[in-house]
Amino acid sequence: MGNILSLYFRKKKRDITIAWKKAKSSKNCYLFILPYAILFTVFFILPICMSLVLSFTYYNVLEPARFIGLTNYKNLILADDVFLIAAKNTFVLAGIIGPVGYIASFLFAWLINELPRYLKAIAIVCFYAPSISGAAFTIWQMIFSNDSYGWVNSLLQEFGMSPVLWLSNPQYMMTVVIIVSLWMSLGSGFLAFVAGLQGVDRAQYEAAYVDGIKNRWQELWYITLPSMKPMLLFGAISSITSAFNVADVPEQLCGFPSTDYAVHTVVSHLKDYGSLRFEMGYASAVATILFLAMLLCNKLVQALLRRVGTN
Amino acid sequence: MSILKRRQPNRSRVGDVAVYLVLIMFGAIMVIPLIYAVCHAFKPLDEIYKFPPTILVRNPTLDNFSDLFVTMGQSWVPFTRYIFNTVFITAVGTAGQLLIASMGAYVLAKYDFPGGRKFFTLITTALMFNGYVTSIPSYLIMAKIGWVDSYLAAFVPAFAAPMGIFLMKQFMEGIPDALLDAAKVDGAKEWGIFAKIVMPNVKPAWLTLIIFSVQGLWNNPQSTYIYSEELKTLPYALQQIVAGGVARAGAGAAVTLVMMIVPIGIFIFSESNILETMASSGIKD
Repeated sequence: MGNILSLYFRKKKRDITIAWKKAKSSKNCYLFILPYAILFTVFFILPICMSLVLSFTYYNVLEPARFIGLTNYKNLILADDVFLIAAKNTFVLAGIIGPVGYIASFLFAWLINELPRYLKAIAIVCFYAPSISGAAFTIWQMIFSNDSYGWVNSLLQEFGMSPVLWLSNPQYMMTVVIIVSLWMSLGSGFLAFVAGLQGVDRAQYEAAYVDGIKNRWQELWYITLPSMKPMLLFGAISSITSAFNVADVPEQLCGFPSTDYAVHTVVSHLKDYGSLRFEMGYASAVATILFLAMLLCNKLVQALLRRVGTN
Repeated sequence: MSILKRRQPNRSRVGDVAVYLVLIMFGAIMVIPLIYAVCHAFKPLDEIYKFPPTILVRNPTLDNFSDLFVTMGQSWVPFTRYIFNTVFITAVGTAGQLLIASMGAYVLAKYDFPGGRKFFTLITTALMFNGYVTSIPSYLIMAKIGWVDSYLAAFVPAFAAPMGIFLMKQFMEGIPDALLDAAKVDGAKEWGIFAKIVMPNVKPAWLTLIIFSVQGLWNNPQSTYIYSEELKTLPYALQQIVAGGVARAGAGAAVTLVMMIVPIGIFIFSESNILETMASSGIKD
């Protein structure tokens, strides 16, 4: 027993010396990353760790935090009906906006890439503009407005149909939120794909043609996608984060809180407790659950992406 | 129709036509609401609330903008101050992030050093945590350092935004090692390789980073850490104007237009560079 233990420690010690030597020889690497590492730790890692700790406390910002164990999590899952509605809504929204937005981002970037130069430039602006126009999405409030000033309702009336309360009838609210979110979903992933497609070597396509690749779909699967892997990974993570964090669109369009909580999302719930009720501990617990859901989703997507370009 | 005549391998004519049709259809869906939003800013009030509503403007007017300027003129901090604050924070935040994130991304992408991989996993993990709940802990940290109510609180955290370093690292992975080795053989120092070889070769990536960063900082009201009226930003001041309700509907539409013009303008300006560089540099091995 003692023999194995001493062997283990000797190995451990050797590993550490090797790592130390390697670390010493890559001194420059640490110097390069040092400024980022310091700022990242202070302004991202530290606050996140503090939130994780707060999620086990009762903290109303004014009094010092009080440790209450798993109570927040228990209440969330067992006693908070609104949270369950919000979780369901978030899953539906993320399940549609995430994959559809991601695939659309890539598909449009890829199709646009085929265009001649000036048309390409114009098309990219058209498709990317909605996601960087800030509050411009509030125009959808005019389009789907409940009263007769709404564009869709006035069209319906023109055809002799009765107007619909798009933004306050729970039957339609989800659809409207999905349409608007998808409209804005060609964001950072789309732009990364556009930039990444510029870097795919043209010679590869010609070589593939000689090797017997017959159409644009085969070309996409065997050449374009594999050489875009780093961007695909980036796009996936940015799609996941934006799909799970939907909150602005439903809040601006349907109000906060929305009728019957029909488009209440986890992030809306978190804001509700964080900034209206000042229950930061509880809000942190909500954020932690959302965080875990996103991590899981990210693991799944990465496993899928590993299969790209294979049979 | 010279576009359709110049054939590429692996492309069918039917497919090309289909591509154009799909792009035109979806392009229209993307653009029409934006045109609506732009036209809204030029509509007189009776046209904003008109039945049946119209997308295009019939009697364009600049009233909404003059309303906006009159309201701006009434603020006790000169309005140019808000504009300066936003431009300053956006410019410094973007420049800092570009430098710091690129340096970090370079070693993460091209060197295998102890802790490097783990650190990168940490960065992508941090991306998943909702920024909203961290605002209270961040505030406590800012208060400890004494940065509350200063410009620093607005732009220093932006330097370390995980999205930026992640993007740069993904693109830098595409640079062939042979290129860096050749430079080392020629006696280039680490910093020289980074500045003269790596950065010029990932120009599309850092232009993309600039666009992300500008867009994020420009639209951020920065109201969490800043109280002094003379340090407040344009989005914050404009939010106050829009909060005026129906009477300000016109000015509100003008605000939306003003806020969207800058990110879109910067995007159009840098876009041609993104499209050009990588294709012509020929760095692939």
